[in-house]
Amino acid sequence: MRKVAIYGKGGIGKSTTTQNTVAALAEMGKKVMVVGCDPKADSTRLLLGGLAQKTVLDTLREEGEDVALEDIRLRGFGNTYCTESGGPEPGVGCAGRGIITSINLLEQLGAYHENENLDYVFYDVLGDVVCGGFAMPIREGKAQEIYIVCSGEMMAMYAANNICKGIVKFANAGGVRLGGLICNSRKVDNEREMIVELAAQLGTQMIHFVPRDNDVQRAEINRKTVIDWKSDAPQADEYRKLARAIDANQKFVIPKPLTMDTLEHLLMDYGLAA
Amino acid sequence: MKPNPHTVKDELLSALPKKSARKRAEQIVVNERRPDGSVPEIKANVRTTPGAITQRGCTYAGCKGVVIGPTRDILSITHGPIGCGFYSWLTRRNQTRPEGPEDANYIPYCLSTDMQDEQIVFGGEKKLRAAIEEAYELFHPKAIAIFSTCPVGLIGDDVHAVARDMKEKLGINVFGFSCEGYKGVSQSAGHHIANNQLFKHVVGTNETPRPEKFKINLLGEYNIGGDAFVIEDLFERCGITLVSTFSGNSTYDAFANSHMADLNAVMCHRSINYVAEMMEKKFGIPWIKVNFVGAEGTAKSLRHIAQYFNDAELSERVEKVISDEMTDVLKTQFAVRARCEGKTAMLFVGGSRAHHYQTLFAEMGMKTVAAGYEFGHRDDYEGRRVLPTVKVDADSRNIEELHVTPDDTRYLPRRGPDELVQLEAAGLDVAGYQGMMPEMEEGALVIDDLYHFEMERLLDIYKPDIFCAGVKEKYAVQKAGIPCKQLHSYDYGGPYAGFRGAINFYNEIDRMVNTRIWQYVQAPWETEEELEVEEIAS
Repeated sequence: MRKVAIYGKGGIGKSTTTQNTVAALAEMGKKVMVVGCDPKADSTRLLLGGLAQKTVLDTLREEGEDVALEDIRLRGFGNTYCTESGGPEPGVGCAGRGIITSINLLEQLGAYHENENLDYVFYDVLGDVVCGGFAMPIREGKAQEIYIVCSGEMMAMYAANNICKGIVKFANAGGVRLGGLICNSRKVDNEREMIVELAAQLGTQMIHFVPRDNDVQRAEINRKTVIDWKSDAPQADEYRKLARAIDANQKFVIPKPLTMDTLEHLLMDYGLAA
Repeated sequence: MKPNPHTVKDELLSALPKKSARKRAEQIVVNERRPDGSVPEIKANVRTTPGAITQRGCTYAGCKGVVIGPTRDILSITHGPIGCGFYSWLTRRNQTRPEGPEDANYIPYCLSTDMQDEQIVFGGEKKLRAAIEEAYELFHPKAIAIFSTCPVGLIGDDVHAVARDMKEKLGINVFGFSCEGYKGVSQSAGHHIANNQLFKHVVGTNETPRPEKFKINLLGEYNIGGDAFVIEDLFERCGITLVSTFSGNSTYDAFANSHMADLNAVMCHRSINYVAEMMEKKFGIPWIKVNFVGAEGTAKSLRHIAQYFNDAELSERVEKVISDEMTDVLKTQFAVRARCEGKTAMLFVGGSRAHHYQTLFAEMGMKTVAAGYEFGHRDDYEGRRVLPTVKVDADSRNIEELHVTPDDTRYLPRRGPDELVQLEAAGLDVAGYQGMMPEMEEGALVIDDLYHFEMERLLDIYKPDIFCAGVKEKYAVQKAGIPCKQLHSYDYGGPYAGFRGAINFYNEIDRMVNTRIWQYVQAPWETEEELEVEEIAS
């Protein structure tokens, strides 16, 4: 079983990219579980066709300790398993601690057990690595490979670089490695070249360039992944390519985060060159 | 042979890495008494070197355990996981005496919100509200205090908002303390936080006038082992009215009414000087430092109070009480001196106690060779004269400093500027504290925030006849064959305040330093051959 975590700046398209990629993997016959690590609990909406999911933490609260795996794990598109950690409302409590509790519970309930025959588990994690709880999936070997969703926008690259710092911190203890950058295009000038270069400097690769396409939005309105909604759309093929690239990926590295200066230079070189 | 304190200091520092040793060196001082009355500068109220075993407690302990805890009719609720509440339950032996069987006494109780994982994740305010309501239903207290433990600050529960709501809903006073354990370098931060909230939410909320003539508050007396009862009795016999004590044997109403007093007498300068200063600014009540530990200190403190009120009859009554008491005191002093004279003591405790108890040892003819505070600041060592030069670091800035101005209607200077000058001229040190070091001998070691390693070395080098500290040190000291007197809880003894307390202390210390039990203490490894364990290679 490969354990994958998807990180990236808030609003960059982590959940959309994850679910579309997972849909493609499922199409390829892979058995996948998605664990949403965002208190908003919207990481599995496209796979499930709606937000109807009861979160792990809500269940834990309501049912006490007596929780069964079936209570918190639903079947989604292509027989994927979907779970949502859930968490407190904004501004209350500690969402990070919630993720820790929730992942521990999934482990105890045997969600990752070998007789589940999972090929992949995907953690879709909120925004930046803001505190210890959000780093949970990359600690203690809970996730082994990380993909960072980014674009050619400054703050997205900055966040990607920051996440790399987090990976370095846990790389030795937990054995986590960076699998690559996924560029979710914002149609920035020289975007592809810039991310290829950023990846190179971080010591990794741009594993796929996902072009911007309004079909993604249309599919989302229908509460579906592109693959589910319009299987023959060109964008569906882009996610299939990404899924195949991840499935075939052999390049796992401990990244070398950039200094702020280097990062700014990169932007100037590519952003102003256009 | 008498150890050379400078050599000892070097030895204590030798165990630390260079950079840490350089910083630590400023906290270990060989006392000097200079002709101008000044003493060497000591660094205090700074972070403990990571890795050192410290004597210190946390901010929550200082706020709940020390300052507010001893008040019997404020219902204290610890907001946090159960450990903080449980381990701060009755541990300081603060005694209290409700006036009648119907009067509230919550000190024997321990209330906590018992936070679980669920509250950490989703926030604990709801459970706190429920706890307050439940506590109110059970006890119907006049006031409820909420104490924040570490996780409360981390997850951002707003205890003050909850307190405001509940105050309105229940119609009683409810107030919270942001006294998360990690907030300061020691429990001292918790004292300050406690002082601030008491001043904001309680002091001055009860306007019942007090008709008596000589009205004082006693600040920084926590009634450990019944100390306050002894002092209260002295005041009563002298004709001095005690409006309130912060906070030994105290009540909520007395705090609320404390601004009716005409003088604040401060015992533990460290834990409560903030309230004294704020009451001076807001209500015009002067404060003087007193010390009711030791017969001499007690007599002096009573005389200073009489001097402040400048009343012949009061002075006469004070002198009568002193002379009545001194007969017995001197008789015991004489008896114990024969056995204790020349013996040595070390005191590493508190933020005042290491100073106050030296006077008791001196009265027995015993010498303090080394002393220090757990959580004192520079002014507690060197005197308030150094206050303008005390560096306020980031850790201290973390603690709220209230900006207090004279009250529009209630500010009434109890003594005019001229009267204060006269009192000063007559030898009364108004709003002054000279600190511990000027009263210690030349060459005595003064060590702030004593580390465990240093303690063991000191015991070995000086072999003092008695060591005074707290429960964390007690058994390590006794294993070294030296008796240890706890000055936080008094072990099982006390009272030690006032004249009667002094007699108790003389007898207790006499018993401890003259028993022969310690010479029989020998660890097995001192006599038996050491067993060698061979490592078997696999």
